[in-house]
Amino acid sequence: MNKERRSEILATAPSFLWLAMFVLVPVLIIFAIAFRPALPAGGIGEGWSLDAVRSLAEPAYLSLLLRTLWISALTTAACIALSLPVAYAMARLTPVWRSRVLLLVIVPFWTNFVIRVFAWQQILHAQGYLAELLRGLHLIGPNDRLLGNLGAVVLVSVYTYLPFSILPLFAAAEKFDFGLLDAARDLGAKPARAFFGVFVPGVRQGIITAFLVVFIPMLGSYVVPDMVGGTGTQMIGNKIAQRNFSDRNLPEAAALSGALALLVLAPMFLRRKEKPQ
Amino acid sequence: MKKSRLPFATLLLVLVFFYLPIGFLVLNSFNNSRYASKWNGFSTRWYERLTERDDLVAALGNSLKIATGASLASMVLGTAAAFALRHRASKLQDAHRLLVAVPLVLPDILMGMSLLLLFISFGLKLSLFTITLAHITFCLSYVALVVQARLQDFDFNAVEAARDLGATKLQAFVKVTLPLLAPGILAGGLLAFTLSIDDYVITYFVKGPGSDTLPTLVYAMIKKSKDLPVINALSSIMLLVTFAVVAVSQRLTRPTPSSI
Repeated sequence: MNKERRSEILATAPSFLWLAMFVLVPVLIIFAIAFRPALPAGGIGEGWSLDAVRSLAEPAYLSLLLRTLWISALTTAACIALSLPVAYAMARLTPVWRSRVLLLVIVPFWTNFVIRVFAWQQILHAQGYLAELLRGLHLIGPNDRLLGNLGAVVLVSVYTYLPFSILPLFAAAEKFDFGLLDAARDLGAKPARAFFGVFVPGVRQGIITAFLVVFIPMLGSYVVPDMVGGTGTQMIGNKIAQRNFSDRNLPEAAALSGALALLVLAPMFLRRKEKPQ
Repeated sequence: MKKSRLPFATLLLVLVFFYLPIGFLVLNSFNNSRYASKWNGFSTRWYERLTERDDLVAALGNSLKIATGASLASMVLGTAAAFALRHRASKLQDAHRLLVAVPLVLPDILMGMSLLLLFISFGLKLSLFTITLAHITFCLSYVALVVQARLQDFDFNAVEAARDLGATKLQAFVKVTLPLLAPGILAGGLLAFTLSIDDYVITYFVKGPGSDTLPTLVYAMIKKSKDLPVINALSSIMLLVTFAVVAVSQRLTRPTPSSI
């Protein structure tokens, strides 16, 4: 027992200490620096101050928070809405095709994120083929832009996060008993009714996981709104970067980060508390 | 029984949606024109231009150095973590599991910001070294995840057989456990390597001036709308490398015909 315990501690120590040093301590430092004064030259001052935390009460931050929640919610809803039929179809494929399609879904996850967003930036570009085509069809006006708006941010966000929501839903769909769907149809349910009444509740756990793996990283989104969005689609992440790199106000950047951390980590701890029941 | 075709149509559309932008980018990298909206004939001149870019070569060198360091360190730390997490019913492992999970759920921007504040607080100069420290941190969790999955269907009878035949604990670990687990650890390392090469946000926060990696340099070029066709060519090469890595990784994670 004692020997067992010692080997457990020995195996745990390296990763535990590393993560304590480079995850736990840094997150705590965010909250500490949020209460420090900012120096005009861009440094962190001595002593304590409530300036940075108080600045969060500005009305502009409320609309920033709401916009972040709205863009994240739209993206998550679109991802789940697309992933449900995709997971259904994948689970009904033959095993050989299933693993082929699974690979096709996973490959984008491995490819460079910046490159994928860049590809979209070029597609949606004002002088790109797509804009020319839509202009030719008179679907958009000569001065309308495909970039810089909410639609572009949500579209490209869905593109980058869709594999993340397909995978947990596929895992759930694989375990789903499709005999239940046949039974529902035998009892006279239309396909759509069977899909929403039997399949969707059956993969509920997958939907919850998909929600978490898309919604939480979306709250901290930064690259997509920076590259394909505009001033009207700024999210919390963009503001943190701006405070940090342009304004050189580290305490305000820290205060914003602290607020985002609470927003992101609170559901995680609540979920853990619920689990034992 | 009548099957609805709608889900299959959605699946097909989603796959097209996934690969169309990538295909467009590769196609455009051979476009002679400087602008993406006109096809001006086939050309490899953007690829030739790549070889003249010393800054891209230097950034690639930095990326490879960091990814090598981060994947090696995270393979060791992550494998140790996966073994430790097998001790299920202990308070220590509950805390450990939570710590391993945090980098997986924490948005990149918070990880970058918090590590930047850590390095500033401790007076550490931002450099390739600080980037590597940051990369080890998130790679560790992914390696732990991959190795843990492999450990779940690992046959410990082989290890016990070795012990029964007189091997010491260390001998059994080095001669039996590690070789059997090697494909899993390597797959984790490969994932770590890709994640490290791929990372932009965290790197951007903890990199010092002049220590650009490939993604941070490319990002800066995109923001300045500078040499976009060259980025197309570079991206196509990176995509090709990624596909090769995925192929290797598929080999490693494919279940072996017999478990021993």
